[in-house]
Amino acid sequence: MNGKRVQTGRYFMMGNVACAEGALAAGCEFSAGYPITPATEVANRLAERLPQVGGAFFQMEDEISAIAAVVGASWAGKKSMTVTSGPGISLMLENIGFAIGVETPCVIVNVQRGAPTTGMPTVGVQGDMVQAKRGSHGDYEIIALCPSSPQEMFDHTVIAFNYAERYRTPVFILSDAFVGHMREEVVIPEPEKIKTEYRKIPEPGTDPQKIKGFLDEDVAPMPIFGRGFKAHVTSSCHDEYGKRNLIDISALDNFIRKLSNKILKHKEEITLIERDYEGAEIVLVSYGAVARAAAMAAAQGRKEGIPVGTLRLITVWPFPGEEIEKMARGAKHVIVLENNLGQIYPYIKAEAAHDAEVSFLPPRLVGEIQDPEDILRKIREVSK
Amino acid sequence: MSRTEILIGGVGGQGVVLSGILLGTAATLFEGKQAVQTQSYSSELRGGSARAEVIISEEPVSDPQVRRPDILIALAEEAIPRYVERIRSKGLLVIDSDLVKGAKPGDYEILSIPATSIADKEMGNIVVANLIILGALLKKTGLLSVESMEKAIEVSVPKKATAMNLKAFRRGLGLF
Amino acid sequence: MSELVHPLHRFIRPSVKYSTFCPGCGDGTVTQAILRAIDGLGMNLDDFVFVSGIGCAAWIPSPFFNADVLHTTHGRPIAFAFGIKMGLPDKKVMVVSGDGDLVAIGGNHLIQNARRNIEMVVLCINNGIYGMTGGQAAPTTPMGIRTTTTPYGTVENIFNISRLVMAAGASFVACWTAAHPKQLTNSIKKAIQKKGFAFIEVFSQCPIQFGRKTGVGSAVQMLEDYKKRSISPKEAAKLSEEELKDRIVVGELVDLEKPEMLEEVKKMKNKARGEVE
Repeated sequence: MNGKRVQTGRYFMMGNVACAEGALAAGCEFSAGYPITPATEVANRLAERLPQVGGAFFQMEDEISAIAAVVGASWAGKKSMTVTSGPGISLMLENIGFAIGVETPCVIVNVQRGAPTTGMPTVGVQGDMVQAKRGSHGDYEIIALCPSSPQEMFDHTVIAFNYAERYRTPVFILSDAFVGHMREEVVIPEPEKIKTEYRKIPEPGTDPQKIKGFLDEDVAPMPIFGRGFKAHVTSSCHDEYGKRNLIDISALDNFIRKLSNKILKHKEEITLIERDYEGAEIVLVSYGAVARAAAMAAAQGRKEGIPVGTLRLITVWPFPGEEIEKMARGAKHVIVLENNLGQIYPYIKAEAAHDAEVSFLPPRLVGEIQDPEDILRKIREVSK
Repeated sequence: MSRTEILIGGVGGQGVVLSGILLGTAATLFEGKQAVQTQSYSSELRGGSARAEVIISEEPVSDPQVRRPDILIALAEEAIPRYVERIRSKGLLVIDSDLVKGAKPGDYEILSIPATSIADKEMGNIVVANLIILGALLKKTGLLSVESMEKAIEVSVPKKATAMNLKAFRRGLGLF
Repeated sequence: MSELVHPLHRFIRPSVKYSTFCPGCGDGTVTQAILRAIDGLGMNLDDFVFVSGIGCAAWIPSPFFNADVLHTTHGRPIAFAFGIKMGLPDKKVMVVSGDGDLVAIGGNHLIQNARRNIEMVVLCINNGIYGMTGGQAAPTTPMGIRTTTTPYGTVENIFNISRLVMAAGASFVACWTAAHPKQLTNSIKKAIQKKGFAFIEVFSQCPIQFGRKTGVGSAVQMLEDYKKRSISPKEAAKLSEEELKDRIVVGELVDLEKPEMLEEVKKMKNKARGEVE
């Protein structure tokens, strides 16, 4: 290792390590976390690597303080991230809501594990999919990406930082123990080939009283600390200037809608999807590592002459309902595959059921991804 | 064969995951193939059950999970009841015969290597038994080239242990 | 003739028109002490980032101070402040919050950061009650007091907050009451200049939720009570634990030099760079 921020080269690398390298390549300077299986390799790598480039990883007293410190560092102008697993996210949720409410760019990596509760730490399950969207109280929108390989652990972490900075919001990486601990070829490009973004900030010298630093559907400039912007940052209901208002319901309505619309307005450019369903009557919808089993089954099905295709969600939140609806219009059967008991399934069904038969195929054992042969059996069954 | 599935079962501390990393590194970085390696272990202690899965392929690996291993490497007795049923028809079962006694004949070939006793007697360290197994496996199957594997050892193993690991690997190659 | 303007008015956010404190609240005294200390040191609010949590005292900097202010979730201001300080090591970071926020729900962050001895000022305004939510018992409400959640009197021992933070390893700890504005101002000045975790506990009267319900009485009576109960560390040393039970030990209780976290982080980064070069 040469101590450079971007470790350009070709590696046989673990997903969790690739995630940490992606964070560095994206410009991460600050990370705080708390030890938890199966996310530790990300934290360990950040702890080793960030100080080499002038940043640092801090092990906090709990996950609550980890996300708090990350939000604090982000307001201090640093690109920041935390990494944990389901139990840690459960503890972070209040402050994740805070980060959304005061529009704080940060990346939250959830290497999901066997749950509920302490569950089975080393087994990958897609069990916290809805938690990312609905875990904190109140109405809000979140961005979440689902990598399916170590290469994507790198690539998606870079994208997550860029989305976080562009839209001033927390962005989730919803990985799992299977992908996090997976090793595969990872190619880290030259630094100049990696696109990185930094939040808009107000013009230096702007009259602090005139800074509209919040609640703009086109993303307000962030009045980060230490630049004389005299920002009043409160998660309580506030207006465009950050001024608190705890009495007018119209102010609350504005607060909720603007925060959500900021994400929804840009949904099209946020949404990443892999489509391979042209002419398909049967479409397999999945995300994360499950999508790889689905792709194998679809390839086999096509060899047998069955018109089967795939749609893979990379962005799971904001939920790309329009994409699902569009796909379903040309399909007869939609088969949803997740490594859980059906978390995104209702969302997919709501969009697809008007035009197609929608069914869910769970893995034989939750914690293993579907066997392509089982998927193929299901494909043959619905194609009859 | 375009896709080879390998399952390595043993206990923590035997180099189960390292064996998987070596095969994957040799395949991807030095042989121009594709490989996926995954693992599972119980997090609470060393000496608990450990498993590594490797898929080596000429093409990009879609399904990343080992389903019906072409090769099962059993480094501990408990790997037999847990995984032996999963071996693909006409597959290969490689065992460390010093540690695995209960391997029964089946629809697979058995390659039996007294790796632990060789490692103990000749290297003075049983931790490299897995490298002897890998050497024997390569010789038997031609899965990867010796050169790729030796390069993988050089980049994956701590410098001070390289010589011993190479020696064990070469000993495995020369077993039959 | 020019308009008469309060000398500290320039520190107040222009959009703020009124205070949110109840009549007789001690938080106004604390507000003045903070601003006088900053003024007295010849500093500017742009030298600071203020962080607060949830509760009446958290509203001292938010929104009043015309500065960068992060008003955070309940109990967590010190954890947020940790990240801010790491990101802006040259700014002064000051946490202002109450006893419920910093010691009940946020107690772990308080002691862990005292242990780390990270440079920041933490002002803990101790009114012995949950004021904003309507007078519930806190870990600082004396045994036997009737509150809305302890209608038969509290049954718990209380925290001696200053002692707790001293034991955790802070390099500066002072304790005053709202009846000691000058001493408090001086200690805040010292705390701001301290290279390390600087903690000040301020007993501050809440006549509405505490005084009225406990019968201690009005703001004036509460301040009299604070004065009566206050005792210097030197005098306190002569008394037994039993005799000290209802007393408040006021003064600068700890002021020492010890390794500060940001300095250690700097060294760690140099070491990391050195090892890869």
